[in-house]
Amino acid sequence: MAADNLPTEFDVVILGTGLTESVIAAACSRVGQRVLHVDRRNYYAGNWASFTFNGLLAWIEEYKEQQKAADSDEGWREKLEEGEEPLLLNQIDTSLSNLQVICYASEEPEEEEEVTTPVARPTPQIPDTATEERPGKSQAPPTGETQAPPTQKNGTQSEPPPAEERDTPNEATPTEEKDTPSQDTTNEGTETIETQGEAQPEGSQEEVDPEQQAEGEGEGPQEEQTTPTEGDTAQSQEPSPAEAKKKKITLAKILKEGRRFNIDLVSKLLYSRGSLVNLLIKSNVSRYAEFKNVSRILTYRNGKVEQVPCSRADVFGSKQLTVVEKRMLMKFLTFCLDYEQHPEEYLDFTERSFWEFLQTKKLTENLQHFVLHSIAMVPPGARTGEGLRATQHFLRCLGRYGNTPFLFPLYGMGEIPQCFCRMCAVFGGIYCLRHSVQCLVLDKESGRCKAVIDTCGQRISCNHFVVEEGYIREEHRRGVAYRQISRAVLITDRSLLPSESEQQISLVTVPPLQGGPAVQVIELCSSSMTCMPGTFLVHLTCPSTGTAQEDLAPVVSRLFAEPASDGEDQGEVDSEKPTLLWALYYNMRDSTAVDRSGYSLPSNVYLCTGPDPALGSDHAISQAESVFQQLLPDEEFCPPAPNPEDIVYDGEAPQGEGAGFGEPAQPERGEGDGGEEEQKAESEQDSEGPQTDVAEHNPTPAPPAEE
Amino acid sequence: MHGRVKLKSTAQQEEEKRKEREKKLKVYLAARDACFNKRKEGVMDDEALQLTQQLLSSNPDFATLWNYRREILLHQETVRSGDEVQKLYEEELSFLEGCLKVNPKSYGSWHHRGWVCSRIPQPDWARELGLCDRCLSLDDRNFHCWDYRRMVVKLSGVPVNQELQFTDRLIGSNFSNYSSWHYRSTLLPLLHPHSPEPPSPLRQPRPSRSPEPSSPQTHSHRVCEEQLLKEYELVQNAFFTDPNDQSAWFYYRWLLGRAEREEMISCVFVSREGERVVVAFSRPVNALAVGLVLVVDGQPLQVDWRSAHPRFGHSPVWICELPPGTISDTSNEHNLTVNWTEKHTHRDCALYTGRSESWCRDSATDQELFRSELSVEKTSVLQSELQSCTQLLELEPENKWCVLTIVLLMRALDPLGYEKETLAHFETLKEVDSMRSSYYSDLCSKFMIENTILKMEYAEVRVFSLSGKKLTTLCHLDQLLLVTHINLSSNQLQALPPQFAMLQCLEVLEADDNVIESLCGLYHLPRLEEVSLRNNQISRLSDLKPLTSCPKLTRLDLRGNPIIQIENIQSELAELLPTVTDLLL
Repeated sequence: MAADNLPTEFDVVILGTGLTESVIAAACSRVGQRVLHVDRRNYYAGNWASFTFNGLLAWIEEYKEQQKAADSDEGWREKLEEGEEPLLLNQIDTSLSNLQVICYASEEPEEEEEVTTPVARPTPQIPDTATEERPGKSQAPPTGETQAPPTQKNGTQSEPPPAEERDTPNEATPTEEKDTPSQDTTNEGTETIETQGEAQPEGSQEEVDPEQQAEGEGEGPQEEQTTPTEGDTAQSQEPSPAEAKKKKITLAKILKEGRRFNIDLVSKLLYSRGSLVNLLIKSNVSRYAEFKNVSRILTYRNGKVEQVPCSRADVFGSKQLTVVEKRMLMKFLTFCLDYEQHPEEYLDFTERSFWEFLQTKKLTENLQHFVLHSIAMVPPGARTGEGLRATQHFLRCLGRYGNTPFLFPLYGMGEIPQCFCRMCAVFGGIYCLRHSVQCLVLDKESGRCKAVIDTCGQRISCNHFVVEEGYIREEHRRGVAYRQISRAVLITDRSLLPSESEQQISLVTVPPLQGGPAVQVIELCSSSMTCMPGTFLVHLTCPSTGTAQEDLAPVVSRLFAEPASDGEDQGEVDSEKPTLLWALYYNMRDSTAVDRSGYSLPSNVYLCTGPDPALGSDHAISQAESVFQQLLPDEEFCPPAPNPEDIVYDGEAPQGEGAGFGEPAQPERGEGDGGEEEQKAESEQDSEGPQTDVAEHNPTPAPPAEE
Repeated sequence: MHGRVKLKSTAQQEEEKRKEREKKLKVYLAARDACFNKRKEGVMDDEALQLTQQLLSSNPDFATLWNYRREILLHQETVRSGDEVQKLYEEELSFLEGCLKVNPKSYGSWHHRGWVCSRIPQPDWARELGLCDRCLSLDDRNFHCWDYRRMVVKLSGVPVNQELQFTDRLIGSNFSNYSSWHYRSTLLPLLHPHSPEPPSPLRQPRPSRSPEPSSPQTHSHRVCEEQLLKEYELVQNAFFTDPNDQSAWFYYRWLLGRAEREEMISCVFVSREGERVVVAFSRPVNALAVGLVLVVDGQPLQVDWRSAHPRFGHSPVWICELPPGTISDTSNEHNLTVNWTEKHTHRDCALYTGRSESWCRDSATDQELFRSELSVEKTSVLQSELQSCTQLLELEPENKWCVLTIVLLMRALDPLGYEKETLAHFETLKEVDSMRSSYYSDLCSKFMIENTILKMEYAEVRVFSLSGKKLTTLCHLDQLLLVTHINLSSNQLQALPPQFAMLQCLEVLEADDNVIESLCGLYHLPRLEEVSLRNNQISRLSDLKPLTSCPKLTRLDLRGNPIIQIENIQSELAELLPTVTDLLL
């Protein structure tokens, strides 16, 4: 077996490639730790993964299958030595439940049968065959690539995660302006945007992005997709006029275009000043991914979907608000931006709910709705302080990159863990998919884990073991009670709120209906590279109160229409609403509330919980950082990785100061130091070459809409 | 740049930087000298192009080098083929793009780019517009780029409506942008010109005026009403969203504003006594240069026009003395005409038998002179605008822009009816914006004077009383040409300005209880008899000197002024002002 070739000694062994584990892997590898990162699945990112449509269908089947399978290979026992005892790990994933697929698209009534036939294997975005041919593979050869042997089942999996192949010069990483020509991914590049983003006209984003993508798609290193790239580009750029949509999208069509889908198991966005974005920038991992602005915030109110005005430009442009409402809303939001400075305004309400507080703020009913459900996004019972904090966070995230506080990674949220894996691999981490750890080897005396025995029966010693919660066996949990997340994934034929531009990424907040939880809906357009042109991919998420279908079907039926059966009257039915083509419901375990003390594990075994239902990824990031600090208390967490373009060699003037003369341009004026910085600042503004010295002094975030 | 953090560096870094700078300076100076030498020798070769390029890319504001570069390019045009010239200029544009990246606000680079675009055989305007868009998306207030863009638009003939959409887009993304609003104000009149017919009902009842469309307020730069209403809505959205943003308010003022008044002769006054003719114009002119001709009884007269005060080259009031005996006989009737040849306009005035004086004029009420700077749009429109602003004021009681706009709207609607509210608003303004309280005082004074003029004209009297109104300044004095009695007592005036000399009919002046120091406006007032200046700040004898030019002055009250402390003041004054018989000290 090929995995025999694995080195037998590592500093850190990490099991599971979800976001938390991947961040830890990158952080450890970055500071020189020898990292072995494995996942029992044949794809990256665990429950954070993205699938093509066909991949998802196959994955659903396989997921159901694996529940029955149980292995009982006891070969590992002989690897144990005197004074050691095993701690067995779970080989089956039980974190998802109540999987339910409903196909609305015409073709057949028996969706299950129809579905399974054309599907090959449960590949995540990258089919193995394509992977091996990929020329981009050699771009950044991690040590793992040569050292790590292929796993027995599926050829080598140890190459850097696939995020790499989109690492083309056309990317927009979060550290750069949409259409800046330079590839500046340093921190000060970010600062550039912070000022520019505010000034960026709404329209231009819309125009620039798809174009850029088209470039990325067309010119990038031969995409993994086997379909002809040119055709794809043309199609994705098509505005897909209404007539085109009239043509019914069949399941066969979706299957045929299945590779255009990147369906996330967890649906999240990135707060543009949230911990994940900050980490992406700080660590320079951002360069492995591209992002798009979430272009609008919508909400469901009085039976209708409407746009939430949240930025200054939105409020100004809003057609639904009266001018007085505009003033009231702006006044309230301005107050929230630095509410700590005006304690007199809210101190009386600290013990009361945010909702009650809003009632006193002369806000009309729709404004109250917007603030509570779409801006603060807190439950109606939330305290005033919590509501104000959430509102402030939302507002502070506005304007950094665009008109909403959120970013979405192209190709789906599943990209993000892979980006961190790639960073890990670049710094020497070794990757094995379809490879797991059977048991930990505990030293009886110290109670510490000194080694692991992998699924190939190989013993690998390590100092630290990081594991995703789902791998822990029942017997090591002491009465742990999980929460659940209810999820629905829908494919629809048009946007919930059609607008001039078809290509919108929308966050739709649905307030609690009839006592249920608030549901967060993310609607993705095809230019987000998560669905085929002419369709929209819709994610619904809420904390569970029942099964996913019980929780979410009522919301789905309010927002979407089921196509009429048997072809009569099609299109007439509820023409106001988008039509459902396909739906998947499932529950995912939410282990984030569980305390470490709820597990009986050795002290050098660190647990990573799975995803939570929140919109951002802050929990995963703070957990990763805290695990890292326990592991390596003296090391910095994810210091910036040097970007080859950023390295300023001795004696060489930084780029961007012109053809070698720089600031002595007006030497007679006896310019002081200030003048020089000024000049740098100006060239920066024009997104010029990197100046790392500025980068380290990243100023504090400025409030949005500042002049 | 705004809000950028500057770095503090250590002494060592400082030193390194200094050395590096010195090194660069050396290279730079050498290149510069080489360039200058080449230019002196008249060399126009490729090397010179390269040298200047090198220098300019690091210092794009070196105007001499740009000039040299243009000389070289012009020369190259003559020696290269058409295609080569095209290529040369295209390279120049790419080079300039680099310069603009270094400094997007370089005058030199933008100007040179404009020049290149005027020389290049086949300009690519789309590329230029794209460049402007990029630049403006980085800094939407870069006026260099705005200027350049306007030039490109003009040369490439971008349709006006497309440009209006462009401003829509920029304003939509960030309305704190004077450039966009201003651009709009130049585009709208082109796209939606105001049609003078039918005249708005407000202006109809004016039989005394000539009905020709060139009435003072229907001049160009106006926008049709339908579009105006849309603009009001747009701009209201802006100032309700952020009432502290000035740009929207300024645009709003422009929307409400009216065109400049037509230049015309607004009044001709004739007096037998002194045989004088006084002409008032709607705006200051230089009568000596505009071809002003006085015709008396059909005979053009050679007269010397002088402005009301020697300090004015341009003045709204001009005076001339007729040759002695021309109109002195009260038994004769005379017809005078003042021709303004330059403007092809004139005004007649008949001096009847037995009358000592006569005039012909448009009154301020006729001209709606004081409808502030606001428009003559329908009252209903202004009324609804006033309502919106009042609504905003309820939400933002301390917003100065809002209060000021309300004041202006009230002026436009009914200056006298809203006088009380206006005064109250001015008090608010002085409070919330104390830095500009003097400005508000002056503005308030102006409005009070306007109101008093209106009242006076409605009453058809020549007495002007404005006591106790907290006036800080005097204005519209040209409108007081016919006033005989003026009472300015109990105000806060510091001076009687030179414009005061326009009160050519003034006989009695009361200005007690002010803080007047200067009387320079009491100059050549031929009829002035009584001057009361009790409790003012006149302290020197020389301050009273202007009074010597007023031949009829007989009564002067200076009680309560510092000047009375001067020794021998009585005799000094008697010597200075021999005509004064009634001197009160």
